[in-house]
Formats: sequence, structure tokens, C-alpha cells
Amino acid sequence: MKKRKNDLILVAVIAGLAALLWMWIYLGRSEGAYIRVTVDGSMFGEYPLDTDAVIKIGDESSYNILVIEDGEASVTEASCPDKLCVRQGKIRFDGQSIVCLPNRLVIEVTGGVKPEYDAVAR
Amino acid sequence: MSKKDMTGKKIAETGLLTALAMVLSYVESLIPFSIAVPGVKLGLANIVVLFALYRLGTAQAFVISFIRVVLVTFLFGNGFALVYSLSGAVLSLCAMLAFMKIGRLSPVGVGVIGGVSHNLGQILCAIVILETRRLIYYLPVLLVSGTAAGIAIGLVAGLLIDRLEAADTGGQR
Repeated sequence: MKKRKNDLILVAVIAGLAALLWMWIYLGRSEGAYIRVTVDGSMFGEYPLDTDAVIKIGDESSYNILVIEDGEASVTEASCPDKLCVRQGKIRFDGQSIVCLPNRLVIEVTGGVKPEYDAVAR
Repeated sequence: MSKKDMTGKKIAETGLLTALAMVLSYVESLIPFSIAVPGVKLGLANIVVLFALYRLGTAQAFVISFIRVVLVTFLFGNGFALVYSLSGAVLSLCAMLAFMKIGRLSPVGVGVIGGVSHNLGQILCAIVILETRRLIYYLPVLLVSGTAAGIAIGLVAGLLIDRLEAADTGGQR
């Protein structure tokens, strides 16, 4: 049937797009240098990846524990119900991120050049 | 059938299907899913929306989808998730409607469009709210998961649509 064929073409196109996008991300990646933490779109803090640290973000009712160890960052504990941020594992490459939607938290790896604080801080 | 009865029938259908969509959302929330990417899900309730789109019409599909998202968010989710859910649901419904009207795809293809555009809507919304373009890194995974979920949903909805179509024409003979 013609519609079935169109369905297959559609699936192939989407799969191709996903593969291209993945390759572009994978090949373009480089080691990061800093971990930038953003809550609700505004800067919470920035931490070097080469220094081990444990950082608590938020208060008792809504929090995430960020651990930086051996040049990798991960969320080990969180107050959110789904714990997706904990399951997202460890990040180390420029552009990788851990997101916790319930707590509006974004943890991302940034590149080797430390950006200007004053331009971002609000 | 008088015009008044028609409205009553529509309201009953819409209510019934909204309830069904809500139950499916609840059932889905019971299934543990261990993929660590936000937004990866089956979208069982989309079976109902897809069915409504083909069998009942655009307006009813929109009403069912909207009421389901709002009620399910308040019952099982947190209020903040409403923005994500709604942006995904609206984009997905508009895209499915467009491709259904074009008529080149079967319900399976339309389901795939729905799954993928739902994920796309949510991630675009998250990029705007969280002010980070980095979320685009989740897109490859979400494209694939949206396609897979869309195929499953489309197959089920397609079966329903075909069988009821056959029952209708059979009944009129």
C-alpha cells in the first residue's frame, strides 16, 4: 500500500536526521573545563572540573547534590520525584548536561575558556 | 437524530474518551521506565487522541487532549510540568492534524509525526524556559524514542480506526 511506503520513508528520514545529529554532537565534542549550574535560567555557580567537590543546590524542600570527582560531574541525590537527574549519569565533555525539570536545574559542562562572570550575572 | 441529540452524543463521546485517555496516562505512569533522558515515554493517551482525530473530528480531539493534559498534570504531576506537557500536546496535535489532512500517511505515520513532534515541542519549551540551547543534545535520543513510540501508538490506533470503520459500513447494509 502506498501509505505504508510513505510511513517507511518518514521513519527512515527521521532516523537519518537523528543519526546525523548524533554524529555532529559526538564528533564535535571536546573535554570540558567547568561545570556551570543554572537554576531557573539564572546563574547559580561555576566550578572547575579538575577539583573534586560536593555542592548542594537548593534548600531542604527541593535540592540536588552535585558531585565533581575525577574530572566528571554527576547528581548523586535529589528531592525530585522522578530522579531523572541522578540517572543521567556522569558528564565530562563540553556541552553535556544534566537537567532536572522539577527543580528547574541545568548542570552543564563548558569549554576551556572561563567566560566573563559580569556579563552573565543578573 | 435531532440536532440536540447530536450534541449530547458528542459530549458523551468526548467525556468518555477523555476519561479513557486519563486512565491510559495513569497506567503509563505505573510502568517504570529506566531511560535516563527526560521526555522518553510511550504516550499511551495518544492512542485516544489519534483515534478521535480520525473518527470524531478536530474539535473533539483538541478538547480531549487539552482536558486530559490539564487534569492529569493536576492529579499526578506538578503544576510546573503543565507548560511542557501542553506545548508538547499542542504541537503534536497540530502536526498530526496537518499530516492527516494531507493524506499521504497511514495512522502509523501520523502517530510517528505525533510522537516526534510531541518530544520536539517539549524540548523547545524547555530550551526557552531553562534558557539553554544545550538541551538540543537530547534530540537524537528523543527523535528515535518518539518514532518508536509513534509506531506502536499508530498501529493500535490504526487497528481501532479500521475495525470501527468496518463495523460502521457493515451496520449500514
